[in-house]
Amino acid sequence: MPLRQTLFAATAAFAVVFAMTPASSQTLRYANQGELKSLDPYTLKETTTIAHHAHVYEGLVTRDKDLKIIPALAESWETPEPTRWRFHLRQGVKFHNGDPFTADDVIFSADRVRAKGSNFLTNVPADAKFIKIDDYTVDVKLDSPNPILTSQWDGWFIMDKKWCEENNAVAPTPASATTPSYASLHENGTGPFTIESHQPGVKTVFKVNPNWWRKPEHNLKEIVFTSIGSAATRVAALLSGEVDVIEPVPTQDIQRVNASGTATVMSAPEIRTIFLGMDQVRDELLYSNIKGKNPFKDIRVREAFYKAIDVELIKNRVMRGLSTPSALMVAPQLYPLSKDFTRTKPDPDGAKKLMAEAGYPDGFEVTMDCPNDRYVNDADICQAVVGMLARIGVKVNLLAQPKAQYFGKVLKPGGFQTSFYLLGWTPSSMDSHNVLYDIMGCRDDPKNATRGEANLGGYCNKELDALADKILIEPDTAKRDQMIKQAFEIGIKDYGYIPLHQQALAWGVSKKVKLTQRADNEVLFYWATKQDE
Amino acid sequence: MLAFTLRRAIQAIGVMIAVGIISFSMFRFAGDPVNQIVSIDTSAAERAAIRKSLGLDDPVPVQFARYFANAAQFKFGVSYQFRLPVADLLKERMPATLELATCATILAMVVGILMGVYSALKRDTLLAKIFQAVSLIGISLPTFLIGILLIYLFAVVLGWLPSFGRGDVVRFGWWTTGLLTVSGLKALIMPSITLGLFQMTLIMRLVRAEMLEVLRTDYIRFARARGLTTRAIHFGHALKNTLVPVITVAGLQFGSVIAFAIITETVFQWPGMGLLFVQAVQNVDIPIMAAYLLMVSLIFVTINLVVDILYTVVDPRLRSTIDRPA
Repeated sequence: MPLRQTLFAATAAFAVVFAMTPASSQTLRYANQGELKSLDPYTLKETTTIAHHAHVYEGLVTRDKDLKIIPALAESWETPEPTRWRFHLRQGVKFHNGDPFTADDVIFSADRVRAKGSNFLTNVPADAKFIKIDDYTVDVKLDSPNPILTSQWDGWFIMDKKWCEENNAVAPTPASATTPSYASLHENGTGPFTIESHQPGVKTVFKVNPNWWRKPEHNLKEIVFTSIGSAATRVAALLSGEVDVIEPVPTQDIQRVNASGTATVMSAPEIRTIFLGMDQVRDELLYSNIKGKNPFKDIRVREAFYKAIDVELIKNRVMRGLSTPSALMVAPQLYPLSKDFTRTKPDPDGAKKLMAEAGYPDGFEVTMDCPNDRYVNDADICQAVVGMLARIGVKVNLLAQPKAQYFGKVLKPGGFQTSFYLLGWTPSSMDSHNVLYDIMGCRDDPKNATRGEANLGGYCNKELDALADKILIEPDTAKRDQMIKQAFEIGIKDYGYIPLHQQALAWGVSKKVKLTQRADNEVLFYWATKQDE
Repeated sequence: MLAFTLRRAIQAIGVMIAVGIISFSMFRFAGDPVNQIVSIDTSAAERAAIRKSLGLDDPVPVQFARYFANAAQFKFGVSYQFRLPVADLLKERMPATLELATCATILAMVVGILMGVYSALKRDTLLAKIFQAVSLIGISLPTFLIGILLIYLFAVVLGWLPSFGRGDVVRFGWWTTGLLTVSGLKALIMPSITLGLFQMTLIMRLVRAEMLEVLRTDYIRFARARGLTTRAIHFGHALKNTLVPVITVAGLQFGSVIAFAIITETVFQWPGMGLLFVQAVQNVDIPIMAAYLLMVSLIFVTINLVVDILYTVVDPRLRSTIDRPA
C-alpha cells in the first residue's frame, strides 16, 4: 500500500520537524464512549482500557503501527532452544517514580499477571518459567515450543516490583475486589506519559514523561481524556472543537463530520470479525418449531443459510460501505494467506433447493440471539439477516438484547443458550490459532478444558483440533501458514460458521491533529501530533 | 404533634424498606454482572471464582439480609466497574448533581414566576402569547431533545458554550463547585435550562392560573376600591397569595429534578449521580443502581416528611385537626 506508506512517511517527517522545535507543547483532548475504570493494568482485558494503559505502561514487546511485534523493554531476544527464550532487557530505563527497571520487575510482573484475580491469564502461558540470568537478562523456559509467545505478550505490561510491594499492591486488583487497591488508582510505569489526575468515569489527565527512553514522535504536553457516553454529544464536542479526537463516530454521523470542515473521520477495516453461528450440538434446538431433531446438524441446512446471506448487501445497506466482507473467521491483516479465500456468491435459489433436499421445503422457525449495543450496527445486521432468510422460507424470530443480557444468555456460564446467533471476535494474540482454538475448537475436550470456550454453537471437527494443536507448536512460519489454511478449509467445508465481515473503525479527528490509526482500534497518542492553535 | 411526626416517620421507614426490596431484586434480574467484569475470553473457572467472591452463589435470603444490613449503615458495597466503594463514588458525584439541580430550580422559579405573573396580568399581549407557546414546548418536548438542540445551536453553530462536562471546578474539602470559575458557569447554563425547562413551564402555568384566580377574589376588589396602587395590589397582595401552592410544588419538584437529572446529565456528560447511574445500568453495576435508587427514594421521603411537618407549622388549622384524633 504505497499511499499508506507515504502517509506514514509524511507523519514521521512531520514528527521529526516537530521534534526539532521545542517539543511537547500541545494539549490533546480525547473523548471515548467508554470510560477508564481501573489503572491496574491486569484488571480488565478490553481494547480501550489497554490503549489507555499503553500510554503509561510498557511491555517487553509492543506492536508498531502495522501491528508487527517490535522490541520495547526487551531490547532483543533469541531462542537458543525451541522451549527456551532469552530476553535482553533495555538498560537505563526508569519507572515514573525513578526506580530503575531490571529483571526483577519482569519476574515479578510475570508472577503478578498470572496470579489469582488477573484478567490476563491467557497472555502469559502458565507453564512458562521466568529465570533471572543477570539484572538485564531473563530466560523463559516452556514445556512445549510456542512460536507465538511474544505475540501473546502484547498488552502484558511491566510493573515496578518495589513500588507494588511498598504500596501493598503485589496481588493484582481482581475484577471482584471489595476494597480499592493502590494500583487501581495510581500508576507507575515506564511509558511516554504519566497520569496527573484520575477521576474514574469522569476525567483523566495524562502528562508527558520527559524522561522517556524513546525519542517521542508526538508533540503533546498533556492528554485530557473524558468519557462521553452519548453519541450525539460526543460528535457535537468534536464539531465545536472542544475535543480533538473521538472514538467511535456513529455511522450515521460520518458524513456530517466529514462535511464540517473542522474534522474528518479516519476509517479503516478493524480486525474484529463478525459472524453467525448455529447450535450444532443439541438433539433438539432450544428455540425452534422443529421438535425431536436439530436442523442445523444437517450440513445442507447450514450451507443453505450460508448461501442465503448476501454480505455485499449488508455492506451497502446496513454498514453504509464501512465493512469488509470476509470469507474467513479471521481478519486479512492477521493472516497473510487470506487472499487465497473468496466468499461464494449468495444463491437463494440454490439455498432453497438445499432446504428442500434436507426435508424443509417450507423452511422452519428459529430464534436468533443478537446484541444491540456491542458491535457496529449489530441489531441492524441481524434484522437484515432475518429478511434474507425469509427468502428461503426460514422464519427468524429476532431477540436483540443489550450485551449484558445477551452475553449472560449465550456464553459458556449461561449454558450456551442459543440456537442461532451473531458474535464478533478479535483474537487476543492477533493470531489465527486463537480463532481455531477458542471459536472453532470442539467443546468438552477432556485434555483442554478451555478449548471451544467461545464456540457457542458447538461446531466440532477433530481433524481441525488436531491441526490446531500442531499449529501452536510449529516454528516454521511458511509451513504454519499452510496448516492454518488447511484448518480454515475444513471449517469452510463444514459450514461450521457463516463469516460476515470485518467492521470498520471510525475515529473522529480534528484537522489540527495527525494520528496513526491501527487496525486493532487502540487509540494511541504517542504517534499523534497537533498543530498550534 | 409528636404522635403525628412519629407516625409519619414510621410510614417513611416502611417506604424505604419497600424500595430496599425492589432495589435488591435488581441483583437477581438485571443480567449477569460477571460478564461485565471480565472479557469475553475469560475462562469459566475464572468466572466462577469471581462469582463466588462477589457472594453471588449464596441463597437469596442470605444475600438479601447481607444487603440490608450493609445498606442501613450506608455501606453499599463496591462498584463492579470502578472497584471503588459506592458510597465514595456517590459522595464524589453528589456536588455536581446538587449544584445542577439547585441552579435549575432557581432558574425555573425566577423565570417561571416572572413569566407567569406577566402572562396573567397582560393576558392578551403578544409576549404573553409567546410565553404560552414556549411553555407548551417546554411541557411537551422531551428533555434529551431540548438538550441536543441547545448543544447544536450554542456549541456547534455559535460556539458560545461548551457542549459537555462541568468546566473547571474548585475544591472545598470533598465538595467541588463550578460556580467560581468562568468555564464552570458557562458549562452550567445549558444543562440548567434543559433540566429546569419543564419545572419552569409548570410554575409559569401554575402562577398564571393562581394569579387569575386570586385577581378575581373579593379582597383584590376591595383593595382596588380602597385606591391602592396597581403595583401594591399585584405584587403585595395577589402574588403573595399565589406563592403558597407554588412553593409547595417547587419544593416537591426539587426531588424529581434530582431524580430526573439522569437524562440531562447523560446528554451533557455532566459528571453527577445521574450519569453514574446510567453508566451503571449499561454495565449492570448493580451496587450503584441499588444505592442510587435507595438514595433518591430517601430524598423523596425526606422532602415529603419535611413538607408534611411544615404544613402543620405553617397552617395552625391543620395542627388542631391532627391533635384531636378522629
